[in-house]
Amino acid sequence: MSKEKNSIMAWIDKRFPLTANWKAHLTEYYAPKNFNFWYYFGSLAFLVLVNQFITGIFLTMNYKPDASLAFASVEYIMRDVDYGWLIRYMHSTGASMFFVVVYLHMFRGMMYGSYRKPRELLWLIGMGIFFVLMSLAFTGYILPWGQMSYWGAQVIVSMFGAIPVIGDTLSHWLLGDFMLSDAALNRFFAYHVVTLPILLLVLVVVHIIALHEVGSNNPDGIEIKANRDPQTNIPVDGIPFHPYYTVKDIFGVVAFLIVFCGIIFFAPEFGGYFLEHNNFIPANTLQTPDHIAPVWYFTPYYSMLRAVTVNFLGVDAKLWGVILMAASVIIFAFLPWLDRSPVKSIRYKGPIFKFALAMFVLSFVVLGFLGMKSPTPLYTLLAQIFTFIYFAFFILMPWYSKIDKTKPEPTRVKE
Amino acid sequence: MNKIKIAIIIFLLAPLAAFAAEPGMPLDPAPIDPRDNESLQRGAETFVNYCLTCHGASYMRYNRHRDLGYSEPEILDKLVLTDQKVGDLMLSAMREKEGEQWFGVVPPDLSVTARARGADWLYTYLRAFYRDDSTVSGWNNLVFDRVAMPHVLWELQGEQILVTETGGSGGDGKEEIQSLHLEVPGTLTSAEFDQYVADLVNYMVYLSEPVANYRKELGLYVMLFLFFMLGLTYALKREYWRDVH
Repeated sequence: MSKEKNSIMAWIDKRFPLTANWKAHLTEYYAPKNFNFWYYFGSLAFLVLVNQFITGIFLTMNYKPDASLAFASVEYIMRDVDYGWLIRYMHSTGASMFFVVVYLHMFRGMMYGSYRKPRELLWLIGMGIFFVLMSLAFTGYILPWGQMSYWGAQVIVSMFGAIPVIGDTLSHWLLGDFMLSDAALNRFFAYHVVTLPILLLVLVVVHIIALHEVGSNNPDGIEIKANRDPQTNIPVDGIPFHPYYTVKDIFGVVAFLIVFCGIIFFAPEFGGYFLEHNNFIPANTLQTPDHIAPVWYFTPYYSMLRAVTVNFLGVDAKLWGVILMAASVIIFAFLPWLDRSPVKSIRYKGPIFKFALAMFVLSFVVLGFLGMKSPTPLYTLLAQIFTFIYFAFFILMPWYSKIDKTKPEPTRVKE
Repeated sequence: MNKIKIAIIIFLLAPLAAFAAEPGMPLDPAPIDPRDNESLQRGAETFVNYCLTCHGASYMRYNRHRDLGYSEPEILDKLVLTDQKVGDLMLSAMREKEGEQWFGVVPPDLSVTARARGADWLYTYLRAFYRDDSTVSGWNNLVFDRVAMPHVLWELQGEQILVTETGGSGGDGKEEIQSLHLEVPGTLTSAEFDQYVADLVNYMVYLSEPVANYRKELGLYVMLFLFFMLGLTYALKREYWRDVH
């Protein structure tokens, strides 16, 4: 490094801890050296976040949050704005891919016990990010003001109405009207482009601060900080995040972009799953579509909402559905205290946990499939069975994680 | 590694399971080619002659049709049939109020209809009109029951009637098979009419996303670049990680 550069850095460092932060978060942040495939999805989630922010800003320049203009303004972006189609597809594909990478990121945490002590708070902050992400997806999906935007939102708003006593007042307050209309579109636009993105960004920064405090977990689920080099005090199984994981993540980014751009350029509707066919029909407040389904990433929860068909304990079936749906998301937050296994990683957990996790994934996928379909008696029965399995995975965990036959953890990470 | 592969496959392919067929009338696959400019031009001219009288395509500008190989004077000559300018949006010749009076509903804008309904639906629908005295217009449709739109292309196709047979293929022998029979021939033969509708549908698919051809073309270059980068970044990663392993 040249002397001039050194003196500039010294000047800055006296006024802002640039070198100290660079070291703490990159060159001297020691990550376990055995990260596998599943550890790409954190950085990929950040990539998609940046994509959504940048494309979102450009969309805002031409989008009109007005019930009579919104649909046409989206088509204006698609046709008359230079490369508006690309920006719009990047944003719409980004929304779906955000959920793909976040679901895989969460699944990684579940496999390797990343929510266990000392990472409980890290997991909870992550859950906060997940809630904000769902709110962003919901408020964003309303904006094109197509049939699915309108009627999908109608379903969600009616869920608030199902809450006893305050339900009606709450939904009127949210909508700014007695029905879903222009007033609601304006509000949701404000939430989508101001409130929620700020909240998301803050939570992501907090998530990373918490991560760098406790250190990353790894596929073996053992603490690399427990085993330090006596001279340097560096974890023997740790390597500096930069350059090792930055170059590795750049490779991951390019691999991800191949999938991402493949969708954007060759299948932006993704067979009607990323952009629903019915959403190419402008919202019509008088005509309910035959079949209302949310976008794919919400369908597992939507299945659970519809799974309750009988009134129970004096509580309306619809309210039970709403309670179940809310519980199905919130229950992830209890994982750190539900898991009583002596080991963290699936590598050393016993057959019961492996079976339970497989059943959980199966129920999530099946519920997701059922949520896209019109309910039939068979589908409703299946939704009930798999809702039961979904919750059993969590509720029975304190019991089965304790009696499961685990293998002893190694003292050093495996290659 | 196998488990990982299985897990990825489950996650990524799950939505595809929902491609299972929806019930309803089987649709004929539309024989369209989005790169066939002659077909697209024929379709565009049919569209402005027949559809644009009642429907609008009000997200689309006339001069965009340069995509199809037209020059601007040609567009003015062949596509702009009203007093609109070449850079204007393709508005309907009919007022919405009139549409509501005449058909009971405002004819929907057709700019993105092909993306909502799909090419196969349009291709089948436009060929599935039949005479039905019980409706206001005297026409009905096998794909869209009691549709408000009359059969605009009837002079070309002729008049079809609905034939219902009670077939024996079902287990109980009560299965009804509906088919259309050409009662009065039109000015085009059946094959000519199919081609005529295919051109129109081809154009409507273009209309719903004019950038589609360019999007795929650009995508090819983007993919080439990314695969090159994949090799490069992989080599870079290996180089850096040599001292870890």
